[in-house]
Amino acid sequence: MDGIDTAVAIAAGTMRAGTPLVLAALGELITEKSGVLNLGIEGMMLVGAVSGFIVTVLTGSVYLGVCAAIIAGMLMSLIFGVLTLSMMTNQVASGLALTIFGVGLSAFMGINYVGTPIAGLKPIAIPVLSDVPVIGPVLFNQDLLVYASYLLFFAIAWFLYRTRWGLILRAVGETHDAAHAIGHPVILIRYLAVMFGGAMAGLSGAYLSLVYTPQWAENMSAGRGWIALALVVFATWRPGRVLLGAYLFGGITILSLHVQALGYNVSSHLIATLPYLATIVVLVIISRDITKIKLNAPASLGRPFHPTL
Amino acid sequence: MRLKLEPRPVASKWMGYASPLIAAGLTVIAAFILFGALGKNPLLALYTFAIQPLTSLYGLAELAIKATPLVLCALGLSVGFRGNVWNIGAEGQLTVGAICGGGVALWAFGNEGWWLLPAMIVAGALGGMAYGAIPAVLKNRFNANEILTSLMLTYVSIQFLGYLVTGPWRDPEGFNFPQTRLFDTEYGSLPILLEGTRLHAGVFLAVAAVIVIWVLMSRTFTGFQIEVGGQAPHAAAYAGYSQKRVVLLSFLIGGGLAGLAGLSEVAGSIGQLQPVISPGYGFAAIIVAFLGRLHPLGVLFASLLMSLMYIGGESLQMNLNLPLAVTGVFQGLLLFFVLGSDVLIRYRITLGSGRREAQV
Amino acid sequence: MTGMINRFAKRLAAGLAALCAAAVPALPAGGQPLKVGFVYVTPVGDAGWTYQHDLGRRAVEQAFGRKVETTAVESVAEGADAARVIRELAASGNRIIFTTSFGYMNPTIAVARNFPAVAFEHASGYKRSKNVSTYLGRFYEGRYLTGLVAGKMSKSGIVGYVAAFPIPEVVRGINAFTLGLRAVNPKAQVRVIWTSSWYDPGKEREAAEALIAQGADILTQHTDSTAVVQAAEDRGVYAIGYHSDMSKYGPRAQLTASTHNWANYYIKRVRQVIDKTWRSTDTWGGIGEGMVALAPFGDAVPETVRRLVREKTAAIAEGRLHPFTGPVRDNNAVVRIAAGETLSDAQLLKIDWLVQGVTGTLPR
Repeated sequence: MDGIDTAVAIAAGTMRAGTPLVLAALGELITEKSGVLNLGIEGMMLVGAVSGFIVTVLTGSVYLGVCAAIIAGMLMSLIFGVLTLSMMTNQVASGLALTIFGVGLSAFMGINYVGTPIAGLKPIAIPVLSDVPVIGPVLFNQDLLVYASYLLFFAIAWFLYRTRWGLILRAVGETHDAAHAIGHPVILIRYLAVMFGGAMAGLSGAYLSLVYTPQWAENMSAGRGWIALALVVFATWRPGRVLLGAYLFGGITILSLHVQALGYNVSSHLIATLPYLATIVVLVIISRDITKIKLNAPASLGRPFHPTL
Repeated sequence: MRLKLEPRPVASKWMGYASPLIAAGLTVIAAFILFGALGKNPLLALYTFAIQPLTSLYGLAELAIKATPLVLCALGLSVGFRGNVWNIGAEGQLTVGAICGGGVALWAFGNEGWWLLPAMIVAGALGGMAYGAIPAVLKNRFNANEILTSLMLTYVSIQFLGYLVTGPWRDPEGFNFPQTRLFDTEYGSLPILLEGTRLHAGVFLAVAAVIVIWVLMSRTFTGFQIEVGGQAPHAAAYAGYSQKRVVLLSFLIGGGLAGLAGLSEVAGSIGQLQPVISPGYGFAAIIVAFLGRLHPLGVLFASLLMSLMYIGGESLQMNLNLPLAVTGVFQGLLLFFVLGSDVLIRYRITLGSGRREAQV
Repeated sequence: MTGMINRFAKRLAAGLAALCAAAVPALPAGGQPLKVGFVYVTPVGDAGWTYQHDLGRRAVEQAFGRKVETTAVESVAEGADAARVIRELAASGNRIIFTTSFGYMNPTIAVARNFPAVAFEHASGYKRSKNVSTYLGRFYEGRYLTGLVAGKMSKSGIVGYVAAFPIPEVVRGINAFTLGLRAVNPKAQVRVIWTSSWYDPGKEREAAEALIAQGADILTQHTDSTAVVQAAEDRGVYAIGYHSDMSKYGPRAQLTASTHNWANYYIKRVRQVIDKTWRSTDTWGGIGEGMVALAPFGDAVPETVRRLVREKTAAIAEGRLHPFTGPVRDNNAVVRIAAGETLSDAQLLKIDWLVQGVTGTLPR
């Protein structure tokens, strides 16, 4: 096996392993930028995954399945929104409750669908681009949702930093009282941000059940929602760094799998700690400049807002 | 005219008592819908879930055993959360506490004495503290966010435990299965308190911790510092104590208590180290801390509720043959109701016309 | 706050208890059914370790009909919770209880002490007592046979093996598989990737992809999901399933699978409890006892290979062939089993070295 092919295989694997993290983390990034911390990603992902799967089985269309996953993720996040935004419950506790609920609900919904085989989304090579050596097979011979993750990334980065609405969203997350004072509908904006986060988590779930391992199995997200959550922090609330973090994490996971297969003499348990340790190390390196973080962290994150005017 | 939430000038004491009743009422309604739809008798299901586990001494002992690690972890976390320090790695600190406490028991193999259990308890607490100190130091020195570092370190510790029990600490007489030797039953285990149950002295650790933390937070200057450091870091800085100290203290307390929880699990219920020690107590403790409103007594009650929720889930599976999935949905709903009803303590519902009423 | 719930609940309970007592359905006439308990470490799902045990449970229900009543508790963690669940099952009248994961060993022994009249059956452990039996399948026999299939079908001579943890059960399987593989294809290699998790479909999928990228044209797994077989199906290589017949996930890819079959054992043991002839035993059943079986061959497997496997299956069942027969070297070329000798059960049980042909090492 020649070196380039292996490197391409590792890189292409990294893209696939990173995509569910990218999708969920970008959604959470928008939610958090509005000042809301939703710890229920894992639950929303699972409900998205099972809903997408069920609709795909029932309709035979993966695309409808993806839509269903997005809607299901949004509905889940709406529960969270009603609790935290309208009823002012504690965001951390509500998010964790959402995860417990989502794990149970997804298992409940999926009881009759465990083990139903489906044809998942297959890779689509983009003409011309996919023929570029190395980059082509890594970036442009992937499935539709990977491409969607590229587009969503650019859209979100553009929205946040180049549009008026992005500015408003950030203002709401920064100082909700001031944003409210100048007449922005803080609660409405937060609802929208929370639901966008839910939609993205649902999409991420769809990636797992319809593309990555096309099947439904209980708890199939296996903790990816938590990693996505940590990546938003890692990224210091910047979309570019979400990508960096997700691919770093995915890449080291894939790399460690390849290294093992070559037969190096290292404990498999210790190898499994590498992605986590590497993420910490990189975080430490990029966090040393405190001003940069202060600049990006939404100041009102986690604080409930009650309009007093 | 629409329903509006108005903040109350002071938290309603009356609602403090009424809101659990409202939550219980909603849970009953949900149970009727959920279990009724599944063709089960909802009353029987409710009884099986919430009451049957409490009808025997053994059941009550189990409730306490299951609540013990939750109390310990959640107490430590609540201190940090009050100080605005986001330790979500209690699960990892628990694991390291178990490793360190258990390590002492293994090291003493063949030379056990009365000193062993105290040494294990100290080692468990110190181990948890040391592991908790890592995110604190990374935050204080390098400004690395503690949410991420403490979560990542949790995964690291679980793999490390796996490494130890499949590798260097494997029981030489255990046919190479992933487990360590059993700890000495006389000197290396927490004593059983009630004959015929599994209730072990770990509950004393939990009760003692409730008292200590209560005193710490309400009666000492350190507690005051943590509180102020969390709520008004600038004021704290003026007063001459730093946020860094608050971060370190919070993590040491949280890590130490989580370490004790791990020690109490391995020395109390399990009796050895094995790949799985906690079914997620460290994570459940986060929700417990908030359900308990970050107050030591509240944490105690919330732990008991959470504990009942788990045991009740098993009870539903065993007695009514309900799959785990159903009990998971029910548990999630219960938590939503408890959280939602609490709103009424701080807010009241008014038929608002858009105009605000008197406020403070 | 929860105190209030509890107090409220207790008052409610007083009223409800009476109501519920009336609501419990009357037992069918003709004596009470025998209650049989099962403790599972994961959800049942549709394939994997727990699923096979649940097939055994269903077989018991089929065999005895209304004479038995089974109860299964899923996802019981191998820590402090296990003892409670096992005890609850014993206390609520189950006469025989199957605890189906290694980590339940000490809790099973502990609970059994307090319930001398209840029969306990612990899968995969080594501690027994008067009322605790142990049972396990000789899954390595199935692994050896599937290794033969892989050896005959591999063109690249590289087989990928996705495994969870380096424990004896898994190591034994890797070794037996490799011995079978190299018995018909002496130059073939097995590459192992440890996922450090029994269940993570995503990671298993990536491990499978990594092995394919390294030239593996047949994959097998010792993890709990079907992701590896599915990856093989998608990538156009072959797969050999484990635990369950996974052909549904890889109709083209799956050549065969080494499956667990607990039904006969469970039925036998339950019948012994009914007949009051149950005794504590240690069962390690293989192909001969029907505890291990191969799934039907995939279309790709030619008749010559099927015939070979059938012959060897018979040889193992009749005791003429033992997969671990010397000379066998480990993967540092040290002779571990001398020519003509076979490993004893005790040696097999705690095996902690890899045979020649496996890439990789084990933690010491």
